[in-house]
Amino acid sequence: MEQVIQQVVNGVSLGSIYALIALGYTMVYGIIKLINFAHGDIYMIGAYVGFALTTFFNFGFFPALIVSMLVTSILGIIIEKVAYKPLRNSTRIAALITAISVSMFLQYGLMYFVTPQTRTYPEVLPNVQLKLFGTNAVIDLKNIYILIVTLVLMVVLQYVIHRTKVGKAMRAVALDGDASQLMGIDINKTISYTFAIGSALAGAAGVLVGVYYNTINPLMGSVPGLKAFIAAVIGGIGIIPGAVFGGFFLGIVETGVSALGGSLYKDAVAFVILILVLLIKPNGLFGSNQKEKV
Amino acid sequence: MVYSVVTRRRRCKEMFDMKIGTKKNMLTFGLVLAIYLVVQLLLNMGILDSYIEINMVIIGINIILAVSLNLITGFTGQFSLGHAAFMSIGAYTSGILTAKLGQPFIVGVIAAALTASMAGVIIGIPTLRLKGDYLAIATLGFGEIVRIIGLNNDYIGGAIGLNDIPQYTNWTWLYFSVVLTIFIISNFIKSYHGRACIAIREDEIAAEAMGVNTAYYKTLAFVIGAFFAGIAGALHANYFYFIKPDSFGFMKSIDILVIVVFGGLGSITGSVVGAVALSILSTLLQGIPELRMVIYAVVLFLIMVYRPQGLMGDRELKLFKKVGVVNGNASSK
Amino acid sequence: MKKTLALFLALVMMASFLVGCSAGGTGGSGDSDTIKVGLNYELSGNNASYGTDLATGVEMALNEINENGGLLGKEIEIIKMDNKSDSTEAANVATRLITREDVVTILGPATSGNTKGAIPVASQHKIPLVSASATADDVTVDSNGNVREFIFKTCFSDSFQGVTIANFVHGELGLKNVAILTENTSDYSKGITENFKKTFTELGGNVVIEEAYQSKETDFKAVLTNIKAANPEALIVPGYYEEVGLIIKQARELGLDVPVLGGDGYDSPKIVELAGSEALNDVYFTNHYSPMDDAPEVVEFREKFKEKHNMEPNAFHALGYDLGYFFADAVERAGEADPAKIRDAMENTVDFKGITGTLSIDENHNPVKAVTILKLVDGQPTFLMKLEP
Repeated sequence: MEQVIQQVVNGVSLGSIYALIALGYTMVYGIIKLINFAHGDIYMIGAYVGFALTTFFNFGFFPALIVSMLVTSILGIIIEKVAYKPLRNSTRIAALITAISVSMFLQYGLMYFVTPQTRTYPEVLPNVQLKLFGTNAVIDLKNIYILIVTLVLMVVLQYVIHRTKVGKAMRAVALDGDASQLMGIDINKTISYTFAIGSALAGAAGVLVGVYYNTINPLMGSVPGLKAFIAAVIGGIGIIPGAVFGGFFLGIVETGVSALGGSLYKDAVAFVILILVLLIKPNGLFGSNQKEKV
Repeated sequence: MVYSVVTRRRRCKEMFDMKIGTKKNMLTFGLVLAIYLVVQLLLNMGILDSYIEINMVIIGINIILAVSLNLITGFTGQFSLGHAAFMSIGAYTSGILTAKLGQPFIVGVIAAALTASMAGVIIGIPTLRLKGDYLAIATLGFGEIVRIIGLNNDYIGGAIGLNDIPQYTNWTWLYFSVVLTIFIISNFIKSYHGRACIAIREDEIAAEAMGVNTAYYKTLAFVIGAFFAGIAGALHANYFYFIKPDSFGFMKSIDILVIVVFGGLGSITGSVVGAVALSILSTLLQGIPELRMVIYAVVLFLIMVYRPQGLMGDRELKLFKKVGVVNGNASSK
Repeated sequence: MKKTLALFLALVMMASFLVGCSAGGTGGSGDSDTIKVGLNYELSGNNASYGTDLATGVEMALNEINENGGLLGKEIEIIKMDNKSDSTEAANVATRLITREDVVTILGPATSGNTKGAIPVASQHKIPLVSASATADDVTVDSNGNVREFIFKTCFSDSFQGVTIANFVHGELGLKNVAILTENTSDYSKGITENFKKTFTELGGNVVIEEAYQSKETDFKAVLTNIKAANPEALIVPGYYEEVGLIIKQARELGLDVPVLGGDGYDSPKIVELAGSEALNDVYFTNHYSPMDDAPEVVEFREKFKEKHNMEPNAFHALGYDLGYFFADAVERAGEADPAKIRDAMENTVDFKGITGTLSIDENHNPVKAVTILKLVDGQPTFLMKLEP
């Protein structure tokens, strides 16, 4: 029984990370319909910024988190302006390749400067395990932090999207870019805001992961980036609670597969789930059924 | 609309209907043979040494991969990020047959092409409903699934890879595989089947409304593309002696896609030129190890921003264009 | 017609460009003033950290030799190229080093997989290739049991470490029920696991559960939970420090306090950073040498390395360093920088003294070397015992 509890905890903590990255992914995709391959690498840069701040400047956990989020949001805006804006009217494939090239540039560019070795975070949060329900199943204090941050950010994001003017603009652009421009919305600014928020979230995830797992390397963003995309699709791309749900769902399924002895196949299972969701309910579990208009 | 067996047979025959005697065709044939003989001579004389040879093999294989992917993505508009998986299946099939079961190369190549085609069916059919980015991620997922299964299968070596595969690939095999690929695919494109594929790329619903069997053609594009990717895989395995599943992952699929886009989606000449150019670029950058990938990324980015239709757009060299046929517009969203 | 001609001309131009590109000369013969050695390492891609570390070690050794008067009176010219952690590229790089750069020997690659890519090229052109870290058995011996003439390795074969660990667990520690956690994407890890299992079960031990992980993973809680539930007396993790550090940390967090054992992949000062010193208790691993050894040459190496690179050296740095000296030693004994003679000299290496131990090359081109067992106490490697071959 303890084993089961522990595995559930493992799944939830893994899932919270996917959820956090997926939040940013889903926002950006929702608005410009681009799979931002570089999102995973923005997450990676967030982790490195946090590393630099805590190791060389002796920042505490929260200050490092906030500054890292600022840096990554600015980075996101820059990437959008330099790389994605010129291709807004090109074919989807061109935009996708550009995203891939940005991703590669970030990964290998950083690797050139910081070397491919893994780095470790100094201990900025206490290393405390809490025993659950009186058994020997443990949950790390950092897991709880991540969970809280994820849920808080989700709520904040929902509020921003549905109750503020900026959020309204984002929803409008996501629905119909041209029409929203006709209605007077500054599409460039709105897209920039979206990228800023999405990237800040990725940066936060990076710092949290760096603190939790204690290891970062320049290539750490590609797989989580992909998994986060899968999570976003599962929940319904463009839907905030969907991304969070998708993240937890994926985390628990992955852990479940590992718990049953198939740990080597867990990535394959994630992709199979993706394909199934795309085939059965392409708008995600939370999405509505959109008829295709001719 | 009735699509009779007679019509289908006529359209297939049309694909291979070439007037052998036309001046243009004789010239093309002669040119093809001439290039083969000249290079073979240079190789035998040792003027082209092993370094050039290895790079020619890499270029040749990339040409086959690019042209076959172009059929799927460029001409039929099906965004595929899992092409390396077909290559992988072909490589392992040929590798196992030649290394473990001692079969001759021709068996390996044909088996590789056929198993890869079956994989093409397996991925083509479930993804019929998917479009654009979703199709891309689904194909990427398929590629990863193939890679992971390969990593965990100990018979084929798993992560350790398959070693000591006999080297059967030589200039003859390579060159004529490339020529065959270009010949078949460009003839396919010029035929009714090709036009159906292009119609699907342009506007799938309109095509369906006009009686094009989109499901059939989308799957067919995958099957043919996979067929040639399988051949490329076999050539690869039987030249480099050693293969492992990680060589055929996501990055390899991206490499091929980049070549196709660079050369121009919808242009076979573009894929050939792109394969040559990018392979040479990659080799030239061997001397600057740490910055190589960064430069590659920047070059890619610049091409995408300043010339997203690729080098050739959708134009071909007159060598491959049938007089009077319109190739279709490749710049739709 | 014009375009046909244009195409033909383009092809011809390209061909002549490629031919002209060649620096001329066939591979193999050493230049008159310098001795060229090629470094074929993973400087980018998945295995970049190991490749870079090895290359750093090799370069340090070769530069030292140059500072001390060179090799056979000549300067060693290092030509370092990146194989992108890809076996095809490793073959391409090897070809270029041999045919364009005229190297007399190739050092590297780092992983067995990429080495296997380069082996056919080196063998075909009759240039010796030595790897300090490609541990797979079929790197030096092919599937028919024949030794690959021009290929050598200076590191333990997987079979060797696995057997040693099994004997240690059963004999010295007296534990009978173990769990194994293998890195499935590494032939090093799988090789040690296979050999461990065979020996351990022959001795009467019992493997209660086997789990696996992939390279670069960071979350092992799921598999560790399974392992904990199976109640093993020890945990065998024959992997690399990047993952092992995290595994040990997470294992201790989950309450899995049994001894952990592994191979030379643990040898890195980073492991303390990753796991934290409290977690690193009751950890044993087989290694080439003891990094804390107070033998003068080891201390000197560590000091020099720290001065140059601002960090403590790990196993890969040390192995690379020894590889550089191994090559130089072979060239000296050969008397000239001729690939065939170098090959012969390497084959006849007896009692070569490196900082990672003394080695001789056996008939399978594998090293015969003593193995040291180290125990981590609060993160510090302490010497436990040395087993002569």
